[in-house]
Amino acid sequence: MAFLSALLAGVLFGAGLLLSRMCDPARVLAFLDVAGAWNPALAFTMAGAILVAGPAFYWVRTRGRNALGVATELPDRFKVTKRLLVGSAVFGVGWGLSGICPGPSLLLLTGGSLPSWIFATGILAGFFAAGRPAARKLTAKFAPSDG
Amino acid sequence: MTPDLWHALVGGLLIGAGAATLLLFNGKIAGISGILDNVVHALIGPQAWRLAFLLGLVAPAAILGLGQITIGASLPVLGLAGILVGWGTRTGSGCTSGHGVCGIANFSPRSGLATATFMISAILVVFLVRHVLTAWHS
Repeated sequence: MAFLSALLAGVLFGAGLLLSRMCDPARVLAFLDVAGAWNPALAFTMAGAILVAGPAFYWVRTRGRNALGVATELPDRFKVTKRLLVGSAVFGVGWGLSGICPGPSLLLLTGGSLPSWIFATGILAGFFAAGRPAARKLTAKFAPSDG
Repeated sequence: MTPDLWHALVGGLLIGAGAATLLLFNGKIAGISGILDNVVHALIGPQAWRLAFLLGLVAPAAILGLGQITIGASLPVLGLAGILVGWGTRTGSGCTSGHGVCGIANFSPRSGLATATFMISAILVVFLVRHVLTAWHS
């Protein structure tokens, strides 16, 4: 059941990325390029996603259980740390340079192109770096978790 | 020796090299039945939902094709961008889906702030790349 529902969730999410064309880096960059030929499509995609997911999150958060009755605790909603802001800002730099975020990067891999593999390899290197002692020291300096 | 036998020998050398590599660097036995059994176990264990979600995520694109895609950035820039996206999303505990969609849908001010932060830095970078740096070149 857990496998099937997660598979279905992934199919819906992936079909949404494909249908909205948010898997196309050029389209994402057209949204981020507010001073150029701005394309608002990404905002519509996000709004549509939040419109549907919002009631589901509200329902699960208020009853503390998911649809199957399993106790479900959602992430903290209020804690803002320097780490959160520095990480997000750095993510934005990479996103702005490429027009690719993690979900679409996986879709792009299905095309098998060299650029998609280079980007995905970079993501893995970044994950790895975020967990390395040296990088953790750097992280602690510029983005301490205690905010 | 015939070419057929050479192929057989070289193939065997490669298989041995694979088994030796896994032993030397992972300390593991290259027994495919055992590896497969453990992978299948991971597929039906409590962690399986993550892999299932990712399989589903790429399935539509894999089946229907990606359609028209334009990746404009050069390979070195893509490599760097990937590293920044990887480091940034782990450090910031989320990306466009976790903070941007789920967090905002959960009315989380924390995720709202994270989303605003990466949107603004991405918009600034695109502005720099497309409208400032190009102006220098021309």
